[in-house]
Amino acid sequence: MKTSRSGGDGWFRVFLGVFPVLVLAIVVGIGIALFSESILSIRRFGINFWFTDVWDPVPHGNALTGQFGAKPFIWGTLYSSILALIIAGPISLGIATYLSELCPPKLRQPLIFLTELLAAIPSIVYGLWGVFVLVPLIRQVEVHTPESWRQFPLFSGPPLGLGMLSAALILAIMVTPFISSLAREVLKAVPRTQREGAYALGATQWEAIRVALSYGRTGIIGAVMLGFGRALGETMAVTMVIGNNPRVSWSLFAPQYTMAAVIANEFTEAADELHLHALIEIGLVLFIITLFVNALSRLLIWSMNKQAVARPKTKLEPAKIGSAA
Amino acid sequence: MKKLFATVALFALCTACGGGSSAPVSTNNATPAASGGKTQVNGAGATFPNPIYSKWFSEYNKLHPDVEVNYQSIGSGGGIRQLAAQTVFFGASDAPMTDEQMKQAPGKILHFPTVLGAVVPVYNIEGASAQVKFTGPVLADIFLGKIKRWNDPAIAKANAGIKLPNSEITVVHRSDGSGTSFIYTDYLSKVSEEWKQKVGANASVNWPIGVGGKGNEGVAGLVKQTPNSLGYVELVYALQNKIPYGAVQNASGEFVTPSTDSVTAAAAGAAANMPKDFRVSITNAPGQGAYPISSFTWILMYEEPKDQTLAKVMVAFMKWALSDGQKIAPEMGYAAVPANVVQTELEQLNQIKVQ
Repeated sequence: MKTSRSGGDGWFRVFLGVFPVLVLAIVVGIGIALFSESILSIRRFGINFWFTDVWDPVPHGNALTGQFGAKPFIWGTLYSSILALIIAGPISLGIATYLSELCPPKLRQPLIFLTELLAAIPSIVYGLWGVFVLVPLIRQVEVHTPESWRQFPLFSGPPLGLGMLSAALILAIMVTPFISSLAREVLKAVPRTQREGAYALGATQWEAIRVALSYGRTGIIGAVMLGFGRALGETMAVTMVIGNNPRVSWSLFAPQYTMAAVIANEFTEAADELHLHALIEIGLVLFIITLFVNALSRLLIWSMNKQAVARPKTKLEPAKIGSAA
Repeated sequence: MKKLFATVALFALCTACGGGSSAPVSTNNATPAASGGKTQVNGAGATFPNPIYSKWFSEYNKLHPDVEVNYQSIGSGGGIRQLAAQTVFFGASDAPMTDEQMKQAPGKILHFPTVLGAVVPVYNIEGASAQVKFTGPVLADIFLGKIKRWNDPAIAKANAGIKLPNSEITVVHRSDGSGTSFIYTDYLSKVSEEWKQKVGANASVNWPIGVGGKGNEGVAGLVKQTPNSLGYVELVYALQNKIPYGAVQNASGEFVTPSTDSVTAAAAGAAANMPKDFRVSITNAPGQGAYPISSFTWILMYEEPKDQTLAKVMVAFMKWALSDGQKIAPEMGYAAVPANVVQTELEQLNQIKVQ
């Protein structure tokens, strides 16, 4: 009886073990496929692919092939995602803190539902909203930007509405539900003893929340990074509002381009072999960057979870809490 | 617990990356099969003629219930690749195949012009009282960024009597690779040496200036929203959505308003110099009333197809499409292929080896 039972356990373990291996195999498989399908471009441009400005599928002069460089796309992707995080980070943190610390219990579930609803809206719907509502709005903002501001590189360029600012705002709205719900989970994982300790020392509510936030900071950073990973890969909504112009610029008003957008835009009609390989290499670059960002964020969250087990002992020391509050 | 976490993390990684590289991958589901007395023909390619092809296939299916044509509108580039890989029986493209692409294919491929399309300049100009006229060089210079304002003398010259504002022109182009862009840049390359040198003709090019909108609807939407903008869309799209579009000067010096008739006229004008394989660009065609930014769209087939059943069915379909099918074209916004071209096409159809 006993042996058959443990035998069943063994099979179950093997059976379930297949799934993570499968997932790993898919990730590795995608990497290999991206590499082998972009080999022409990798051989032709080498590492320069990452640092070249020109993206021109048409051969000119004596050249037999087009010129391809990923720099404007890498720039546009990172710039738009970082801007989105600068906007979405504080907002998401505010939402998470309110929902986990201050919100009346009756309101909590409806509010959680509403913020997570934002994540359920398809990307293309955000894009349409962006094109018909956000872009005209941003254009008005740009038209009314005082001339003196326009001297700054950050606000230069014609008032098109389309561009970096619209893309960053759309992205910010799209990643907010992700960051806020992850941050809320992190705050939930902060042991009660932390807050109770703070209150016991006479801390105000604001100070107790600060203790909780500082305790969960690595996890919160991880949540933000996961939002970053998502922003990097966002395609449809961004391509509809960013203006799709592969030029490196600091200007928020300038039309720019992202990696995911150029793949989506040019893949179907890329009849030329090198063009196709260059597009897939863009995919490879995006894959590497996304993998890196996601791994980093997961590491941070893991380290936070380890701390959650290890910390309370040290954290109960009165002196330490006092200094944190 | 740890393992569970790892699984979840990996899953998150995968979905994140998957979202990034969500490009369409060519499918292999196009293996021809004759099942239950039904013959299924699979094709793939251009998106531009998709509405009329779908209409044709469904109409033809009503006449011949045993024939079913599946067409995937995955883009011209994809259509050519799948035809070369022989995963589909026929391909479709908005641009003729290049010599290089022909060489890479395992057999000789024939081009059949099916209908014609045109690309029209669409604009949003404050206070423009009548249809704006464009010459080819003016369009090229605007898209090169050399003509910056609507009241430029070069534009005014062709538009006596229309008050054009002293405002900067916002140029809107397609961001996605498309046959529309190919036709437009092909035309600009013919009328402007500088455009040919600096930019060239392709489904996607390195645009000197402007913003990119996705699809006809993207470009049209941006033009509608942005004061003093100029873009280009398919004729069908402009007609259906009633966007103001310009007249363009043709090679004979005449300003022609785009319409299905003026597009057919361009094809008729080009018919005299039509190469035997139909691989021809008819932009900037000469002739009375010929609209210059016009182009054929093609169906591509092997001269010696492997599958005889499918070949027979497809040849019969093509004969129908080139006769009765053409009558549906204008009402759907496509220009019909002129009769003299249809005649030579029917001769080419007979070349297809069917026992």
